Amino acid sequence: MTTTLPAYDEVVARYEPVIGLETHVELGTNTKMWCGCPTDFGGEPNTRVCPVCLGLPGSLPVANKAAIEAIIRIGLALNCSIAQWCRFARKNYFYPDMPKNFQISQYDEPICVDGYLDVEVGGETVRIEIERVHLEEDTGKTLHVGGATGRIHGATESLVDYNRAGIPLVEIVTKPVVGTGALAPDVAKAYVAELRDVIRTLGVSDVRMEEGSLRCDVNTSLNLPGQEWGTRTETKNVNSLRSVERAVRSEMLRQASVLEAGGRITQETRHFHEDTGDTTPGRSKETATDYRYFPEPDLVPVAPDPAWVAELKAALPELPRVHRRRLQQQWGLSDLDMQSVLNAGAVELIEATVAAGTTPAAARKWWLGELSRRANESGVELADIGATPAQVAELQGLVDAGKLNDKMARTVLEGVVDGEGSPTEIMTSRGLEVVSDTGALTAAVDEAIAANPGIADKIRSGKVAAAGALVGAVMKTTRGQADAKTVRELILERLGVQG
Amino acid sequence: MAAISREEVAHLARLSRLAVTEEELDTFAGQLDVILQAVAQVGEVAAADIPPTSHSVPLTNVFREDVVTPCLTPQEALSGAPDSEDQRFRVPRILSEDVAS
Repeated sequence: MTTTLPAYDEVVARYEPVIGLETHVELGTNTKMWCGCPTDFGGEPNTRVCPVCLGLPGSLPVANKAAIEAIIRIGLALNCSIAQWCRFARKNYFYPDMPKNFQISQYDEPICVDGYLDVEVGGETVRIEIERVHLEEDTGKTLHVGGATGRIHGATESLVDYNRAGIPLVEIVTKPVVGTGALAPDVAKAYVAELRDVIRTLGVSDVRMEEGSLRCDVNTSLNLPGQEWGTRTETKNVNSLRSVERAVRSEMLRQASVLEAGGRITQETRHFHEDTGDTTPGRSKETATDYRYFPEPDLVPVAPDPAWVAELKAALPELPRVHRRRLQQQWGLSDLDMQSVLNAGAVELIEATVAAGTTPAAARKWWLGELSRRANESGVELADIGATPAQVAELQGLVDAGKLNDKMARTVLEGVVDGEGSPTEIMTSRGLEVVSDTGALTAAVDEAIAANPGIADKIRSGKVAAAGALVGAVMKTTRGQADAKTVRELILERLGVQG
Repeated sequence: MAAISREEVAHLARLSRLAVTEEELDTFAGQLDVILQAVAQVGEVAAADIPPTSHSVPLTNVFREDVVTPCLTPQEALSGAPDSEDQRFRVPRILSEDVAS
């Protein structure tokens, strides 16, 4: 299609978006959901498999208690009700990513229901209602071969690795989110970010989007004000926080252009492309599979003891929102300043930098300044920029010790981001250090005075402002590695003038 | 009235990727109908005080501890596979069907 997309402002002036998010989180248990195979990322193909996760005849699944506990804790952190009794269900479909030909999931009896998560967007709190949180198993990985492109279209065969098959997977489904207007893409991103932070705080998953332990599907529809909700599309393959926002935005623009041209939206799955930020159509939902769900006969129901649930609830850690409010007070930030820290994804980074001994102001300066700028330029998350809180703290330590001035510190930080080593190493290797050896500095000052007798006379006669020229000369001979203030004081001292 | 229609059997065959002929559809629909009618007799004795169940034993909360147990070797895992390549199960491509989750 070569249709020109309408302007975003025009789209949100005319249409109301409705979004919904389905998020999958791989739990960080030691073992899989139904068997004792290890779950760690990577590994040679089919080395973490057994008769249970290969679906061999006669094998029987047994639920992993740690996974049940983890999902209950997630449900509680998301303010859900925990079912007193629920079952697993078989989801039947014909695809080789599950060797059993079905996936054990939950259908009409999810373990957690009716919760919410409050997220902050543009200084306002938006409550995202959670419909359900259920437990299922992850699928194996298929590799399509025989075609030229490695994609399923054109491939003749698939190669399957079942290492991931059976890893506990939590699915978190929101209710439709309405009334967010132009902020819909930001709300979607803020929700996934907040959810990720909650789950990380619980310590039940490493929630790394790039490794696929947090995956997100985004539903989007548009409707005219006062009219029924439009047909929704489901965008899959959204693998970063930034992509969540981009996927919603691009789908809103695309749907608006279809509607403006008098067309209608097809209910379908669309695939997000990181490189272009566009979505392309996948399977049409009108021919959606009939999954023939039925209660899993190989597993017994789960009926969490209310006392156990109460115990888990009482033991929940301080959740990110509460934690942030406490940090905001400690750091002395306004709501607006805290929001920009949050938007930059810098809360934990600044917290860790402060913990490493830096003042909150200095930590914030580096993360929201140089490092955020670099992250934006290269389109990566701040946390993946390549500089660690420990390195930033080390850098600020060098500044505080008078070894680096601000300009040099920026240069060193560039080096850290570019992977040249620790700040101290870069300072040494690049020969950057404030000349603090007064002997060398005094020699440079005397040299500058001798080379500029006219200026020296002016200063002696009281024109202190003329010292700037000599400071410049000294900075030049020391290749910018002297502290300008110290140089100035030294010049005045050598010329016998009061500063 | 039949417990399962010929169309439903055809639909199930499609979902299961089974090539069923028109004659077989008639045969299977009839046979499945007999089976389902027989099973449906359970419904006749089920009273209001007997809740539906998916298990014959009233057990709940059967869990295992989160402890790693030995896996099969890739050779063992692939020993029953009709075909393999690069230590992976090799299967014909499957199109036009959703993947789970």
